[in-house]
Amino acid sequence: MNSVDTAWVLVSAALVLFMTPGLALFYGGMVRSKNVLAVMMNNFAAMGVVTVLWVVVAGSLAFGDGGGIIGGFSLVGFAHLGHSLPGFTSLTASPGAVMIYQMMFAIITAALISGGTIDRIKFSSFLVLITTWVLLVYAPLAHWVFSPEGWLAQRGVLDFAGGTVVEINSGFSTLAVILVLGKRRGWPRDPMAPHSVPLTLLGVGILWFGWFGFNAGSALAVNDVAVSAFLNTQLAAATGLLGWLIIDRFTGSHATTLGAASGAVAGMVAITPCAGFVPPMAGLFIGLCAGLICALAVRLKFRFGYDDSLDVLGVHGIGGVVGMVLLGVFASHAINNSAPNGLVYGGGAHLMVVELLATVVCAAFAFGATWIIATVIHHSIGLRVSPEDEMVGLDLSQHSESAYSAGGMGRLSS
Amino acid sequence: MAQKLIVAVIKPFKVDDVKEALKAIGINGMTVSEVQGFGRQRGHTEVYRGAEYEIDFVPKLRLEVVVDDHQTDSVVDTIVNTAHTGSIGDGKVWVVPIETFVRVRTGERGHDAL
Repeated sequence: MNSVDTAWVLVSAALVLFMTPGLALFYGGMVRSKNVLAVMMNNFAAMGVVTVLWVVVAGSLAFGDGGGIIGGFSLVGFAHLGHSLPGFTSLTASPGAVMIYQMMFAIITAALISGGTIDRIKFSSFLVLITTWVLLVYAPLAHWVFSPEGWLAQRGVLDFAGGTVVEINSGFSTLAVILVLGKRRGWPRDPMAPHSVPLTLLGVGILWFGWFGFNAGSALAVNDVAVSAFLNTQLAAATGLLGWLIIDRFTGSHATTLGAASGAVAGMVAITPCAGFVPPMAGLFIGLCAGLICALAVRLKFRFGYDDSLDVLGVHGIGGVVGMVLLGVFASHAINNSAPNGLVYGGGAHLMVVELLATVVCAAFAFGATWIIATVIHHSIGLRVSPEDEMVGLDLSQHSESAYSAGGMGRLSS
Repeated sequence: MAQKLIVAVIKPFKVDDVKEALKAIGINGMTVSEVQGFGRQRGHTEVYRGAEYEIDFVPKLRLEVVVDDHQTDSVVDTIVNTAHTGSIGDGKVWVVPIETFVRVRTGERGHDAL
């Protein structure tokens, strides 16, 4: 075990954990003031629930010994970590550190779903949803792609830090949940503008900071690949930000701060699968594409009438697809000797084909399996709050709290 | 002597000018509050992630001054002249008769309570 690599993975784990409170601020600022605590609570609850699930059994289902479809019970309770993780033949960091690091990925991916379900999901049902979902959707997908023994990894699918497992998975799972859950009352007729864009900007700052751990940490070592991933994260965030502003400017007449923040996130989403595999100029280009495409993709919900309230599909789902497709174009053996060359470096179409396969398989599995879970919950304990509770706001109806003393249905003074 | 309540809804950035102008003509008390509303100016449009939201209510400042009857015209004129920009949305001023006016600390009434 290399102590420097282990230290880097542990620091990265802390950085990735920090992204979830960042996500809570990102989402919290975009909702109305009567629902801000509820969505932040969904994120914090994920930190509680998924941590327990992961150490007890979900981590083993993702990374334990298995046949490629699902990991077994060999790592249940983190008991038999020993000196190696199944399939990770060249791992130099501590296996325990890697399992802790991966725990943080599971937490934020579950938390991401709350961006689609805001303003109307029952808190208890959200807990049941993410519990079932981490076991039946996240753990298998993480096994397929992140474990070297997974069937997609075995087919040569590249995904550096979770374009499929985190981004496409959360985007298409959220779409499934919201189709079962239904629209917010009054959407899109009534205005539901963000109550505090500054909170959202602070949240994006924290996400941006944490994303260095998310991507550069995924090298699982302190080396040139980690440096590439770190650099590409910064580059794609920058061009994603600029790309979204270009769309803002030419379709809406103003460059918006929410657009800048959303674009930075879109850029980092798209670079996630590519971070340790592509050269810097490709990183710039991938972020720009994500900013441009996601800024247009978030408008689709108005055309098709699905209430993806905070654009989990539009930013994470679509951004993830952009990253996976462009990885097939720009992957470079010179940057990372474990990767084949993509289209532009003379590698032919093979990588593109497996990346597309992984994209379609993960999107379809996430959507289908999550739709079944959401439907079962909807017809048993119910996913949605009552119309009255929805109107009063979830902060008060689900948590007996008000975020601001004079806000929402809250008191006039403290 | 009777008193009048003068209420003005004006553009928020004009409040300091109006306050100074009123102090200059001897008015030494007023109440302001931040309010929202619309008149002929209507509201405005906000854009979040490409989605346009029509915001009907525009932030305004509501100013209340109590004066003796004979001061009414000069105070109204001062507010109107100072808050005037000439563009739509400058606001309104109206005058309401006061039935009773009392200073809480001393119980003084009418002119003495001013």
